[in-house]
Amino acid sequence: MSTAPAEVERPETDSVVRPDKPWVSIVWDDPVNLMSYVTWVLQKVFRYDRAEATRLMLAVHHEGRAVVSTGTREEMERDVARLHEHGLWATLSHDT
Amino acid sequence: MALGFRRRRGGGAVASLDVAEVRLLDELLSQLVELVTPEGPAETDPLARAVGISTSTRTPEDAALARLLPDGYGSEDAEQAGEFRRYTELGLRERKVADATAVRQALPPAGGVVKLDAAAAEAWLRTLTDLRLALGTRLEVDASTDELLETLDDDDPRLPGLTIYSWLGWLQETLVRSVW
Repeated sequence: MSTAPAEVERPETDSVVRPDKPWVSIVWDDPVNLMSYVTWVLQKVFRYDRAEATRLMLAVHHEGRAVVSTGTREEMERDVARLHEHGLWATLSHDT
Repeated sequence: MALGFRRRRGGGAVASLDVAEVRLLDELLSQLVELVTPEGPAETDPLARAVGISTSTRTPEDAALARLLPDGYGSEDAEQAGEFRRYTELGLRERKVADATAVRQALPPAGGVVKLDAAAAEAWLRTLTDLRLALGTRLEVDASTDELLETLDDDDPRLPGLTIYSWLGWLQETLVRSVW
Protein backbone atom coordinates (compact mmCIF):
# COMPACT_ATOMS: atom_id res chain seq x y z
CA MET A 1 0.00 0.00 0.00
CA SER A 2 1.43 3.34 -0.91
CA THR A 3 -0.97 5.35 1.20
CA ALA A 4 0.31 6.23 4.64
CA PRO A 5 -1.81 4.44 7.25
CA ALA A 6 -1.73 7.38 9.64
CA GLU A 7 -3.60 9.47 7.09
CA VAL A 8 -6.31 7.00 6.28
CA GLU A 9 -7.23 5.72 9.71
CA ARG A 10 -10.47 6.69 11.28
CA PRO A 11 -10.11 9.72 13.51
CA GLU A 12 -10.83 7.82 16.72
CA THR A 13 -8.18 5.13 16.21
CA ASP A 14 -4.49 5.18 17.01
CA SER A 15 -2.23 6.79 14.46
CA VAL A 16 -0.03 3.68 14.33
CA VAL A 17 -1.13 0.49 12.58
CA ARG A 18 -1.16 -2.24 15.18
CA PRO A 19 0.15 -5.70 14.28
CA ASP A 20 -3.28 -7.22 14.96
CA LYS A 21 -4.94 -4.80 12.52
CA PRO A 22 -3.12 -5.45 9.28
CA TRP A 23 -6.12 -5.36 6.93
CA VAL A 24 -7.22 -2.56 4.66
CA SER A 25 -10.30 -1.74 2.62
CA ILE A 26 -9.69 -0.26 -0.81
CA VAL A 27 -11.98 1.76 -3.08
CA TRP A 28 -11.24 1.42 -6.80
CA ASP A 29 -11.92 4.00 -9.47
CA ASP A 30 -14.85 3.41 -11.79
CA PRO A 31 -16.16 5.53 -14.66
CA VAL A 32 -19.74 5.72 -13.36
CA ASN A 33 -19.83 6.96 -9.79
CA LEU A 34 -20.04 10.71 -9.30
CA MET A 35 -17.19 12.42 -7.45
CA SER A 36 -19.71 14.16 -5.20
CA TYR A 37 -21.47 10.90 -4.37
CA VAL A 38 -18.24 9.03 -3.58
CA THR A 39 -17.22 11.82 -1.21
CA TRP A 40 -20.65 11.77 0.44
CA VAL A 41 -20.47 7.96 0.90
CA LEU A 42 -17.00 8.15 2.49
CA GLN A 43 -18.29 10.77 4.93
CA LYS A 44 -21.37 8.74 5.76
CA VAL A 45 -19.79 5.29 6.08
CA PHE A 46 -16.60 6.31 7.88
CA ARG A 47 -17.59 9.60 9.52
CA TYR A 48 -14.67 11.34 7.79
CA ASP A 49 -14.93 15.10 7.59
CA ARG A 50 -15.50 16.59 4.17
CA ALA A 51 -11.84 17.50 3.64
CA GLU A 52 -10.60 13.98 4.38
CA ALA A 53 -13.35 12.35 2.32
CA THR A 54 -12.54 14.66 -0.59
CA ARG A 55 -8.84 13.85 -0.32
CA LEU A 56 -9.57 10.10 -0.46
CA MET A 57 -12.03 10.51 -3.35
CA LEU A 58 -9.39 12.42 -5.34
CA ALA A 59 -6.80 9.72 -4.56
CA VAL A 60 -9.20 7.12 -5.98
CA HIS A 61 -9.84 9.29 -9.02
CA HIS A 62 -6.21 10.09 -9.80
CA GLU A 63 -4.40 6.95 -8.65
CA GLY A 64 -7.07 4.40 -9.52
CA ARG A 65 -7.57 3.28 -5.94
CA ALA A 66 -7.12 4.34 -2.33
CA VAL A 67 -7.04 2.70 1.07
CA VAL A 68 -10.05 4.12 2.87
CA SER A 69 -9.92 2.23 6.18
CA THR A 70 -7.64 0.01 8.24
CA GLY A 71 -8.52 -2.58 10.86
CA THR A 72 -9.12 -6.21 11.59
CA ARG A 73 -10.25 -8.52 8.83
CA GLU A 74 -13.77 -8.64 10.25
CA GLU A 75 -13.95 -4.85 10.41
CA MET A 76 -12.76 -4.57 6.82
CA GLU A 77 -15.31 -7.13 5.65
CA ARG A 78 -17.99 -4.99 7.26
CA ASP A 79 -16.61 -1.83 5.65
CA VAL A 80 -16.45 -3.44 2.19
CA ALA A 81 -20.01 -4.76 2.54
CA ARG A 82 -21.22 -1.25 3.40
CA LEU A 83 -19.34 0.24 0.45
CA HIS A 84 -20.96 -2.36 -1.83
CA GLU A 85 -24.36 -1.37 -0.46
CA HIS A 86 -23.60 2.12 -1.73
CA GLY A 87 -22.42 0.91 -5.13
CA LEU A 88 -18.74 1.64 -4.66
CA TRP A 89 -16.24 -0.82 -6.08
CA ALA A 90 -14.35 -1.98 -2.99
CA THR A 91 -12.21 -4.90 -1.85
CA LEU A 92 -10.29 -5.79 1.28
CA SER A 93 -6.82 -7.21 1.47
CA HIS A 94 -4.01 -7.99 3.82
CA ASP A 95 -1.75 -4.98 4.15
CA THR A 96 1.67 -6.35 3.29
CA MET B 1 -38.13 19.79 -14.48
CA ALA B 2 -34.94 21.56 -15.24
CA LEU B 3 -34.32 22.05 -11.54
CA GLY B 4 -33.77 18.54 -10.21
CA PHE B 5 -33.76 18.05 -6.47
CA ARG B 6 -33.64 20.93 -4.04
CA ARG B 7 -32.85 20.99 -0.36
CA ARG B 8 -35.83 20.64 1.93
CA ARG B 9 -36.09 22.63 5.12
CA GLY B 10 -35.57 20.24 8.02
CA GLY B 11 -33.65 17.69 5.94
CA GLY B 12 -34.27 15.64 2.85
CA ALA B 13 -34.97 16.86 -0.65
CA VAL B 14 -37.80 17.72 -3.00
CA ALA B 15 -38.20 17.55 -6.78
CA SER B 16 -40.91 17.83 -9.37
CA LEU B 17 -40.97 14.99 -11.90
CA ASP B 18 -43.14 14.97 -14.99
CA VAL B 19 -45.08 11.92 -16.10
CA ALA B 20 -42.53 10.86 -18.71
CA GLU B 21 -39.73 10.97 -16.15
CA VAL B 22 -41.78 8.99 -13.65
CA ARG B 23 -42.60 6.34 -16.25
CA LEU B 24 -38.97 6.09 -17.30
CA LEU B 25 -37.77 5.69 -13.70
CA ASP B 26 -40.47 3.13 -12.97
CA GLU B 27 -39.56 1.07 -16.03
CA LEU B 28 -35.82 1.18 -15.29
CA LEU B 29 -36.43 0.28 -11.65
CA SER B 30 -38.61 -2.69 -12.51
CA GLN B 31 -35.75 -3.99 -14.66
CA LEU B 32 -33.27 -3.35 -11.86
CA VAL B 33 -35.43 -5.27 -9.38
CA GLU B 34 -35.69 -8.15 -11.84
CA LEU B 35 -31.92 -8.15 -12.27
CA VAL B 36 -30.97 -8.21 -8.56
CA THR B 37 -33.82 -10.25 -7.04
CA PRO B 38 -32.30 -13.35 -5.41
CA GLU B 39 -32.72 -16.53 -7.40
CA GLY B 40 -32.10 -20.23 -6.90
CA PRO B 41 -33.22 -22.84 -4.35
CA ALA B 42 -30.97 -21.71 -1.49
CA GLU B 43 -32.35 -18.20 -1.76
CA THR B 44 -35.89 -19.49 -1.36
CA ASP B 45 -34.99 -21.79 1.55
CA PRO B 46 -36.48 -19.92 4.53
CA LEU B 47 -33.81 -21.12 6.94
CA ALA B 48 -30.91 -20.09 4.72
CA ARG B 49 -32.69 -16.81 4.07
CA ALA B 50 -33.27 -16.18 7.76
CA VAL B 51 -29.55 -16.32 8.48
CA GLY B 52 -28.62 -14.50 5.28
CA ILE B 53 -26.50 -17.26 3.78
CA SER B 54 -26.66 -18.30 0.16
CA THR B 55 -24.90 -20.99 -1.82
CA SER B 56 -23.77 -18.44 -4.33
CA THR B 57 -19.98 -18.14 -4.23
CA ARG B 58 -19.23 -17.16 -7.81
CA THR B 59 -19.07 -13.78 -9.46
CA PRO B 60 -22.22 -13.30 -11.58
CA GLU B 61 -21.62 -13.90 -15.29
CA ASP B 62 -23.78 -10.96 -16.29
CA ALA B 63 -21.47 -7.93 -16.34
CA ALA B 64 -24.02 -5.49 -14.95
CA LEU B 65 -24.94 -7.84 -12.11
CA ALA B 66 -21.25 -8.46 -11.40
CA ARG B 67 -20.78 -4.71 -11.02
CA LEU B 68 -23.77 -4.43 -8.64
CA LEU B 69 -22.57 -7.42 -6.60
CA PRO B 70 -18.78 -7.11 -6.79
CA ASP B 71 -16.17 -9.44 -5.33
CA GLY B 72 -15.04 -8.47 -1.83
CA TYR B 73 -11.51 -9.73 -2.37
CA GLY B 74 -9.14 -9.26 -5.29
CA SER B 75 -8.77 -11.88 -8.03
CA GLU B 76 -5.73 -13.40 -6.28
CA ASP B 77 -8.05 -14.42 -3.45
CA ALA B 78 -10.83 -16.29 -5.25
CA GLU B 79 -11.59 -18.62 -2.36
CA GLN B 80 -12.03 -15.79 0.13
CA ALA B 81 -14.10 -13.88 -2.40
CA GLY B 82 -16.40 -16.90 -2.64
CA GLU B 83 -16.83 -17.12 1.12
CA PHE B 84 -17.43 -13.38 1.42
CA ARG B 85 -20.07 -13.64 -1.28
CA ARG B 86 -21.74 -16.56 0.45
CA TYR B 87 -22.27 -14.47 3.57
CA THR B 88 -23.01 -11.07 2.04
CA GLU B 89 -24.56 -11.41 -1.43
CA LEU B 90 -28.06 -12.33 -0.34
CA GLY B 91 -28.31 -9.39 2.06
CA LEU B 92 -26.87 -7.06 -0.55
CA ARG B 93 -29.43 -8.18 -3.13
CA GLU B 94 -32.27 -7.79 -0.64
CA ARG B 95 -31.22 -4.28 0.38
CA LYS B 96 -30.94 -3.21 -3.24
CA VAL B 97 -34.40 -4.59 -3.99
CA ALA B 98 -35.81 -2.87 -0.89
CA ASP B 99 -34.27 0.49 -1.87
CA ALA B 100 -35.51 0.23 -5.47
CA THR B 101 -38.98 -0.79 -4.31
CA ALA B 102 -39.17 2.15 -1.90
CA VAL B 103 -38.19 4.52 -4.69
CA ARG B 104 -40.82 3.07 -7.02
CA GLN B 105 -43.48 3.47 -4.36
CA ALA B 106 -42.54 7.13 -3.87
CA LEU B 107 -43.09 7.94 -7.56
CA PRO B 108 -46.29 9.92 -8.21
CA PRO B 109 -47.93 7.88 -11.03
CA ALA B 110 -49.12 10.92 -12.97
CA GLY B 111 -46.04 12.98 -12.23
CA GLY B 112 -45.73 15.65 -9.57
CA VAL B 113 -43.83 16.55 -6.48
CA VAL B 114 -41.55 14.00 -4.79
CA LYS B 115 -40.77 14.82 -1.17
CA LEU B 116 -38.02 12.79 0.47
CA ASP B 117 -36.96 12.75 4.10
CA ALA B 118 -33.28 12.13 4.87
CA ALA B 119 -33.62 8.33 4.94
CA ALA B 120 -35.61 8.21 1.70
CA ALA B 121 -33.06 10.47 0.03
CA GLU B 122 -30.34 7.98 0.93
CA ALA B 123 -32.34 5.13 -0.59
CA TRP B 124 -32.77 7.23 -3.76
CA LEU B 125 -29.05 7.97 -3.90
CA ARG B 126 -28.16 4.28 -3.63
CA THR B 127 -30.78 3.26 -6.17
CA LEU B 128 -29.82 5.95 -8.69
CA THR B 129 -26.28 4.65 -8.30
CA ASP B 130 -27.41 1.07 -8.99
CA LEU B 131 -29.36 2.19 -12.06
CA ARG B 132 -26.37 4.11 -13.40
CA LEU B 133 -23.99 1.20 -12.69
CA ALA B 134 -26.24 -1.27 -14.51
CA LEU B 135 -26.95 1.06 -17.42
CA GLY B 136 -23.35 2.29 -17.57
CA THR B 137 -22.07 -1.28 -17.78
CA ARG B 138 -24.53 -2.13 -20.56
CA LEU B 139 -23.56 1.03 -22.47
CA GLU B 140 -19.85 0.43 -21.85
CA VAL B 141 -19.44 3.84 -20.31
CA ASP B 142 -15.87 4.99 -19.73
CA ALA B 143 -14.03 8.19 -18.84
CA SER B 144 -14.59 9.65 -22.32
CA THR B 145 -18.36 9.15 -22.38
CA ASP B 146 -19.27 12.74 -21.46
CA GLU B 147 -17.30 14.05 -24.44
CA LEU B 148 -18.67 11.33 -26.68
CA LEU B 149 -22.24 12.29 -25.86
CA GLU B 150 -21.67 15.83 -27.09
CA THR B 151 -20.34 14.68 -30.46
CA LEU B 152 -22.84 11.92 -31.30
CA ASP B 153 -25.03 12.33 -34.37
CA ASP B 154 -28.76 12.59 -33.80
CA ASP B 155 -29.33 9.18 -35.38
CA ASP B 156 -26.57 7.39 -33.47
CA PRO B 157 -28.05 4.24 -31.87
CA ARG B 158 -26.15 4.96 -28.65
CA LEU B 159 -27.81 8.33 -28.18
CA PRO B 160 -31.06 7.30 -26.42
CA GLY B 161 -29.33 5.10 -23.83
CA LEU B 162 -26.57 7.59 -23.14
CA THR B 163 -29.07 10.43 -22.85
CA ILE B 164 -30.95 8.51 -20.16
CA TYR B 165 -27.69 7.64 -18.43
CA SER B 166 -26.65 11.27 -18.47
CA TRP B 167 -30.03 12.42 -17.13
CA LEU B 168 -29.80 9.94 -14.22
CA GLY B 169 -26.35 11.31 -13.38
CA TRP B 170 -27.62 14.85 -13.42
CA LEU B 171 -30.61 13.94 -11.23
CA GLN B 172 -28.34 12.15 -8.76
CA GLU B 173 -25.93 15.09 -8.66
CA THR B 174 -28.75 17.46 -7.69
CA LEU B 175 -29.85 15.01 -4.97
CA VAL B 176 -26.34 14.67 -3.49
CA ARG B 177 -26.02 18.45 -3.41
CA SER B 178 -29.40 18.72 -1.69
CA VAL B 179 -28.60 16.44 1.24
CA TRP B 180 -24.87 17.06 1.68
